[in-house]
Amino acid sequence: MNGKVHGYGGKMTLWERLYLGEIFRGLGITIRHVIRNLLHTGDMPTVQYPEEHRAYSPRFRGRHRLMKREDGTPRCVACMMCSTACPADCIHIVAEEHPDPAIEKAPASFEIDLLRCVYCGLCEEACPCDAIRMDTGIYDLAADSREKFWVDKEFLLNNTTDGTR
Amino acid sequence: MDLVLTTFLKMAFILAVILGLVPVLIWAERKGSAFIQDRTGPNRAGIAGIRLAGLIHPIADVLKLLFKEDVRPAGVHRVMYALAPFLVFFVSLLTYAVIPFGDYLEVGGRRIPLVVADLDVGILYVLAIASLGTYGIVMGGWASNNKYTFLGAVRSTSQMISYEISMGLALMGLLLVSESLRLTDVVAGQGQLLWGFLPRWGVVVQPLGAILFMTAAFAETNRNPFDLPEGESELVSGYHLEYSSMKFALFFMAEYTNLVVASALIATLYFGGWNIPWLSRAVIEARAGVLLPALLAAHVAVCALAAALYLRRASRERGKFGDARDREPGLMAGVCVVAGLAGLAALALRPWEIGPAGASLLATVLQVGAFVGKVVFFCWFFIWVRWTLPRFRYDQLMHLGWKVMLPLALANLVVTAVVAAFV
Ligand code: SF4
Ligand code: SF4
Repeated sequence: MNGKVHGYGGKMTLWERLYLGEIFRGLGITIRHVIRNLLHTGDMPTVQYPEEHRAYSPRFRGRHRLMKREDGTPRCVACMMCSTACPADCIHIVAEEHPDPAIEKAPASFEIDLLRCVYCGLCEEACPCDAIRMDTGIYDLAADSREKFWVDKEFLLNNTTDGTR
Repeated sequence: MDLVLTTFLKMAFILAVILGLVPVLIWAERKGSAFIQDRTGPNRAGIAGIRLAGLIHPIADVLKLLFKEDVRPAGVHRVMYALAPFLVFFVSLLTYAVIPFGDYLEVGGRRIPLVVADLDVGILYVLAIASLGTYGIVMGGWASNNKYTFLGAVRSTSQMISYEISMGLALMGLLLVSESLRLTDVVAGQGQLLWGFLPRWGVVVQPLGAILFMTAAFAETNRNPFDLPEGESELVSGYHLEYSSMKFALFFMAEYTNLVVASALIATLYFGGWNIPWLSRAVIEARAGVLLPALLAAHVAVCALAAALYLRRASRERGKFGDARDREPGLMAGVCVVAGLAGLAALALRPWEIGPAGASLLATVLQVGAFVGKVVFFCWFFIWVRWTLPRFRYDQLMHLGWKVMLPLALANLVVTAVVAAFV
């Protein structure tokens, strides 16, 4: 770490070419790490993962969620912009008529195949009414079958933003 | 009959120590590498919350490997494929037969030497067996019918040939000094003092030889920086790539038993074997009445310290996990207290009035302990080096073996011979 780096083909001094001194210097460095970590086990940067989660940037694209209107119905108007924009072709929407004549359509079903999704965020950007967002912060997706990654409208509507599942 | 019985008992002792050391070494490798790289290392597997800082993980590994499917790829040579892991493991255990792990044990006035087979040609036996290990690797690599395993096997052979020579030549220098091929003589000779104060260890009289031998031992055990037969960056994992389940476990265990062999050899040949410097058997037996109480007192003190540390941890981390793991520090403190109380009880038995038989036993136990301690230290040294140095490139390996180590070993031999002839 002293800034003296030998480039490829650089000349080593005689002492360095004898290996042994440098080997013991390296051993000294590693044992210093061991001793320091033994004495301060709590100070290691390791994140105890399932219990602790790392704080990700608010811009991080996690699992999708569908936004709701004030009355609790989905904000989505089934315009198909997101599924058109999606490069992985993994958003599947079936539209139906909305009971409110002021709104044209609503999704009868809204399904995302999370295994095909590449988390590019294009769906989020394409949406004209901010109905789909990827701000849940959920990144640890695990399930024991492929079917469980095929998430439906109910699932997406109930996703929260605080990273809890 | 007696001979057979004692031999079997000694073999059982050695096997128990080695097989007990293997999981500890696996743990030390994981935890040591983690601490060197500023990670925490394994800390999850546990039995009812007792995790012992990851020491339970090897048990979980064994269970996993036992229940895994034993896949045999298409196109393998069946007999050799099945034989290879056994051969590697078997050969790795063979060397221990000639390594003395203590002076002698006195039972009922009879002295039992603490070595399984005290061969006249002990060192030659060691060299012969050490090179046999490669056969298992070559068989495994060739029989697997895979180009990566084959390349690993080829590398292992050429490496073995290159470093065997330096190893043998370095040993010859030691032979000139110890004037015997019998390992018990080599060790006993190292118990003397040089000029009255320096232990006459191999490393003192043969410093260059010791370095060469240790380097060659690293190469023979295929450990970093010489682990090219495994070379996971280019050969996936080398010669044991096609093995699964317990066959893989045998290869894996053989790596660690080989490590123990190499450490035991280094300790025996160059670091005094079971000798404790400045504490010869006569001194221990004469001062047993002081030594034993001192050792017991030290044991009690260490137990008290450990118990105090665990108790501090228990109070600090109360309810940290919210499951069985929270009980661990308290339980461990209890274990330490019990061990300390056992030491106190032993102290109450007047250990300073120890008789001659007890003194002899104490000396034997201390010497065996010293040997095991040295072996454990060198095992740690192997692990330490592995996580410090990068792997050699293949041409560098050959360059070091043939152009550096071989001339040095020859020079060492010649100088030693000249000195031995005139002094
Ligand atoms: S993040 Fe990208 S790939 Fe995933 S659903 Fe949205 S548009 Fe498709
Ligand atoms: S782009 Fe927005 S409104 Fe349109 S279908 Fe997708 S989620 Fe619904």
